[in-house]
Amino acid sequence: MKAPFKISVEKRMEEIPKWMPAAISLGAVLVAFIISGIILLFTGSNPIRIFRFFFNAAFGSWGAFSDILVKATPLIMIGTGYCLAFKMNIISIGGEGQFYMGAFFASLVVLVPLVPLDSPKILVLSLMALMGIIGGGLYGLIPGVLKAYFNVNEIITTLMLNYVAVNWNNYWIFGKYSDAGFQMTPTFDKVAWLPRLADLSKNIPFFSGITLHLGVVFGLIAAVLIWVILKSSRWGYEITLIGDNPRAAEYAGVNIKRNILLVMVISGALAGLAGMSEVTGVVHRLQERISTNYGFSGVIVAWLAKLNPLAVIPISILFGGLIVAGREIQPSGLSFLIQGLTLFLVISSDILLRYKIRITRRQEKAL
Amino acid sequence: MNIEAIIRAGLSTGTILIFAAIGEILAERSGVMNLGLEGVMLVGAMAAFKTSHVTQNAWLGLIAGILAGGILSLAHGLVSIHLQADQTVSGLSLTFLGTGLALVLGEGLTGLNVPTLPNVDIPLLSSIPGIGRIFFSDFNILVYVGYILIPLSWYFIFKTRPGMHLRAVGEKPSAADSLGINVYGTRYLYTFIGGCLAGLAGASISIAISSGWYSNLTTSGQGWIAIALVIFARWNPIPAAMGGYLFGMLRRFTLDLQGPMSILGFRNPFFYDHNLVFFLQMVPFLLTIIALLWGSGAARRKRLGAPTALGVPYVRGERGM
Repeated sequence: MKAPFKISVEKRMEEIPKWMPAAISLGAVLVAFIISGIILLFTGSNPIRIFRFFFNAAFGSWGAFSDILVKATPLIMIGTGYCLAFKMNIISIGGEGQFYMGAFFASLVVLVPLVPLDSPKILVLSLMALMGIIGGGLYGLIPGVLKAYFNVNEIITTLMLNYVAVNWNNYWIFGKYSDAGFQMTPTFDKVAWLPRLADLSKNIPFFSGITLHLGVVFGLIAAVLIWVILKSSRWGYEITLIGDNPRAAEYAGVNIKRNILLVMVISGALAGLAGMSEVTGVVHRLQERISTNYGFSGVIVAWLAKLNPLAVIPISILFGGLIVAGREIQPSGLSFLIQGLTLFLVISSDILLRYKIRITRRQEKAL
Repeated sequence: MNIEAIIRAGLSTGTILIFAAIGEILAERSGVMNLGLEGVMLVGAMAAFKTSHVTQNAWLGLIAGILAGGILSLAHGLVSIHLQADQTVSGLSLTFLGTGLALVLGEGLTGLNVPTLPNVDIPLLSSIPGIGRIFFSDFNILVYVGYILIPLSWYFIFKTRPGMHLRAVGEKPSAADSLGINVYGTRYLYTFIGGCLAGLAGASISIAISSGWYSNLTTSGQGWIAIALVIFARWNPIPAAMGGYLFGMLRRFTLDLQGPMSILGFRNPFFYDHNLVFFLQMVPFLLTIIALLWGSGAARRKRLGAPTALGVPYVRGERGM
C-alpha cells in the first residue's frame, strides 16, 4: 500500500517570487520563537507568560521602543559592514573587536585629551567619530592583510582578535583611565555626548526620557550608502562578482587582494563607528561590556537580511527588541537562543529558495 | 614557577583541546566543516554538569555530555549534508544556538558542586622513575583517554580501511560514491562522532579537568582554538595533539608569570602592575593567529591542504566534486 501522496523535491527553474525570501525569514523567526517556547516548557517555565513579558518589555511603551532603536543602532552599522564583507564571501566576524577598538579610539579624544574640552561640540564629536572609524578600520585591516597576503582563515583571526580587543580595553579601563579603581573611565564631559531626543524635551515634552541619540542617523546613512554602492556602483559589482565567482573576477581583471583589504577596512570602520556611537550616545564613558554581543548578533542580522543593507534596518530593530527584552527576563540566555535558532532555521530554509517541494496526488493506474 | 607543574598542567588542560580537535579532524576529513565547536562544547559541558548534578553520578554526566554534543552536531549535519546550506554559516549559527541552549538549560547551575570524574594513577607506568610521576600519575582519567585517542585516531584515519573510506569521502565524494561508499551516511557518522568528541571536550571541562559551570565563560574560546589547531595541524591528529598540549602549557605559564616578584633577577612587571595581566590573557589568542599564519605558510610550500571536498555539499549527478 503506497501513500496516496508523493513528496518530491525539484530544482527551481523559475525566478523566486520577490516576497519569498522575506516571508521565509519571517517564518524562521516565528518558528524560532515556537521552538524556544517548547524548550522553555522543558525547563518548567511558562513560555506564554515569558513571551508576553518579552513583548511588553520591548514594545510596551515609547520609552521601551526608543531603547530598542538605541540597541538597533550599533546592529545596523555592524550588520551593514558584515553585508559588505559577506557579499564578497569574506566571513569576518570581528565586529565585536572592531566595535571595542572604535570605542577605545574615540574615547581617547576625551581621555588623553586630544583636543581641549572647551572646543565646540561639533569638533569634538566629529573627531571622535573619525577616531572610531580609524580604530575599527585598522582593526579590520589586520585580518584583511592576513587573509589577502597570507591566506589565513579570516573567521578564526577575526574571532581571536575579538578576545584580544576585549582584553585591550580592559587594560585601559582597569588601569590607566580607571575612575578611582572602578572598571570604567570617568564620565565624559558633556561636550562628548551625542545629542539625544531627550535633550529636546524642554520644547517638546513628549521626548522627555527618550534615549534615542544621533547615532541612529549614522546607522541609517551607512546602510543606505552601502546599499547604493552594492546595488549600482562598479565597485559594488566587483564585490558581488568576487563573491559569486572569484576565478571569473580574477580573469576579468578585478584586484581581489585590494578588495579584501578595502572591504575589511570599511566593515571594520562601520563597527568602529558603532563603538563610538555607543560610548558617546549611550554610556558616556568607556567601560566593560559596552557591547551586548552586537558583533555576533550582527552576523545573524546580516544573514537574515540576505545581505541587503536596507533590510538590515528593520531586522536590527527586531533584534534590538530581543536584546532589550532579554535584559529583563530569565533565563538570561533566552534571547541568545532565539537568535541562534533563527539563523539556523533561516539557512535551513534557504533550500526552499533553491528547490520546490511538491506534494502530488499519486496517479491512479488506469483501470 | 615549576617546569614540571607547567608540563602537567599542559597535559591536563591540553586534553580538552585535543578531544575537540580530533573530533573536528574526523568530521572535516569526511568533508563536513563544523565551526560550531564552541557552541557544541558548551552544550556538552552543560549537559554533563547538569546530569552529574541531577543523578549525582559523574559517569552518567560524561555520557550525557558526549551524546548532547553528538546530537547537536547532527543538526549541523542535516543542514549541511541534506539541505546543502553554507557550512560556514551553519557552523556559526550552531555556535549561537549551542550557546543559547547551554545558557537557558544551564540556568541556575553556576556555583553548584557536582560529582566529578576521578584522578587516577596508571598502575606500573606511574612507578617509572621521573616519567611516571610527570605523565602517569594523579591525572584525571580523561587525560589518559586522550593519550590513547591520539595514536588511535591517527592509525584509524591513515591505516585502516574505514579510515581510507573516510578520507575518500572528503577528497572525492563522487569517486567514493561510485565505489559503493555511502557518502551521506559516512558524513553523518563522522559529524556525529566529531560532535560527540566536542561534547566530551566540554564534559572534560565541566566535570573533570577544571570542573565547574561558569555559563558561557566555561569554554572561553577554546572551541575556536581547537578549530585553529586543526588547520595548523593539517588535519593530522598527532601535530594537533602536540599543539594542544603546548597551548595548555602556555596557558599555565602565563598564569605562573603573575606569581613571582622577580624573574631571572628582573623585576616582574606582571607582579607590580596587575593590569598588565590583560596582555598575558591575549597571548593564547595571538598565538593562535601566529600558528595559523605559520601553518598557512608551511601549507603553501608543501602543497598540503584541506580535504578537497571540505565544505562542499555532495549531490549525486551534479558536476563538481
